[in-house]
Amino acid sequence: MEQFTGKVWLLGDDIDTDIIIPTEYLALKTVKDMAPYGFSPLRPELAAKIRPGDIIVAGKNFGCGSSREQAPEVIKALGVRAVIARSYARIFFRNAINNGLLLIENDTLCNDVKEGDEITVNVGDSIEYKGKTYPISALPDNLLDILEAGGLVKAMQKLNGIIK
Amino acid sequence: MGSTLIEKIFAHNIGADSVKAGDIITVNVDRVMIHDIFIPFVKDKFEEMGFTKIWDPDKTVLIYDHLVPASQLDDPRHHHIGDEFCDKYGVKNVHRSDGICHQLMTEAGYVKPGDVAFGTDSHTVTYGCVGAFSTGIGYTEMASILGTGKLWVRVPETIRVNIEGELPEGVTSKDIILTIIGDLRADGATYKSLEFAGSTVDAMSVASRMTMSNMTVECGAKCGLFSPDEKTAQYCGLDGLDDFLTTLHGDEDANYAQVLNYRAEDFAPVMACPSQVDKIKPVSQVIAEAASLEEGSVVPGVGLIEGGSVRVDQVFIGSCTNGRLEDLQAAAAVLKGRQIAPFVKLIVTPASRKIYREALADGTLDILAEAGAMITTPGCGLCCGRTGGILTDNEVVVATNNRNFLGRMGTSKVNIYLASPITAARCALAGRIV
Repeated sequence: MEQFTGKVWLLGDDIDTDIIIPTEYLALKTVKDMAPYGFSPLRPELAAKIRPGDIIVAGKNFGCGSSREQAPEVIKALGVRAVIARSYARIFFRNAINNGLLLIENDTLCNDVKEGDEITVNVGDSIEYKGKTYPISALPDNLLDILEAGGLVKAMQKLNGIIK
Repeated sequence: MGSTLIEKIFAHNIGADSVKAGDIITVNVDRVMIHDIFIPFVKDKFEEMGFTKIWDPDKTVLIYDHLVPASQLDDPRHHHIGDEFCDKYGVKNVHRSDGICHQLMTEAGYVKPGDVAFGTDSHTVTYGCVGAFSTGIGYTEMASILGTGKLWVRVPETIRVNIEGELPEGVTSKDIILTIIGDLRADGATYKSLEFAGSTVDAMSVASRMTMSNMTVECGAKCGLFSPDEKTAQYCGLDGLDDFLTTLHGDEDANYAQVLNYRAEDFAPVMACPSQVDKIKPVSQVIAEAASLEEGSVVPGVGLIEGGSVRVDQVFIGSCTNGRLEDLQAAAAVLKGRQIAPFVKLIVTPASRKIYREALADGTLDILAEAGAMITTPGCGLCCGRTGGILTDNEVVVATNNRNFLGRMGTSKVNIYLASPITAARCALAGRIV
């Protein structure tokens, strides 16, 4: 089982896509150009502090709002290893899976964890924090297929015979 | 067991006798909409996937609305890439300055009742107003549809919303949908279909229904559906409803996840207060709370307390939520022969060129201009915070669009209140929330 440990950045409920990446930066050429502005309306300092392998923990309805796929892409570009939230908005959820960003649903971790603490994720199984284990539910098969292909672009490349 | 409206649309689409909530199905896409802000990304992904032709260029619509007229140096690049994309792949349905995508998709006849449509914008849910399934997706999924003409969906559970009776004077479908979002909260309908029915809904214009479908995504919904009726047929240019379309209503014995019942008489003018779209309060409560705060103080998340209420610096009437002719007419009825408060900037943005011309022809725009409004070109305008009307710290805007997220119309300390065109126009006159 894949396992990783990372430092937590703690956010609240209803973190919308305008917070994750404001509209004014969406016409920048690449997601890398946008990444420094991630979360800027809520926490302007955050993007510069996030390090590869860090984990975002949040409350309910993470990623609500617009369809901008730059939202999961910016989070990925910042090096975030996974997002753990109580629930996700539907477009963000699909976009994240299609881009291979690991999303985990857990109802209680956000109430217990402190920002800056480390947590360990056992992918598809559980989260460990301060000796306590938090269960993770599994994804539907059709989504696992996309994740296993390495995202939707790769799945389509297979369809078109570009890659095996 | 009967079926919900969405179950009937999906079953028809895939040629099945029935489908049920929870099924994962692959739908045949009737229409797709791509807008200017994401076209470069759609093109990149489409080509990266290895596709060389669009499954059906005639079912593809490209609309420039977020970035017209261009306001930042990077914006025109999107239009050049869009034009290049259309030339290369034979897309002929292109609108470069005709209005907001969600207005045009039904207004120009691209989406009909019973259709299955996807768009690169979250407010694609708007087309539920004519009884079509439509929802927002990202640019990678859009690229995969352009190549295959198909997409997987999970058939959603349905929340049925029954509304019966006659709305009080000055109360609109905007007040209804804001109230429902306040009751369901911002995630209350996540992954679900909202199905509206009842005598209040039957009496509504398609434009008023559009306002409600448009905002269903603000409580997380995958779609917000109305049954097509004679008004829908007329709006869509259909010669009545055919056998399939007359079946498009939720059955009484369908399996509903939740049923909400409202009486139209109970609705009142409401606002979504800064900075959550589900922070809904009656306008009277917003005023009462402001009156209890210190006169002259600047209260974060509220604004400047002045004259016993909240001072209003700017009013925005427009957007795919409330930029239609009846919205502009409702505002004009409030403002006719009067002047807005001298310090208020009133921005009016018709949702489409067609609406702009209708409002010009019937004198609505003249009434608004005479009252002090700045009338802007059709498009997304201030709603997405990219063009004229950006605000700064502690300023207050009363706006008729669909989102009051932190920082959406300027700095993160701007206070955005969402309301109906009638409430917005009243606030423009008074210069405070009334």
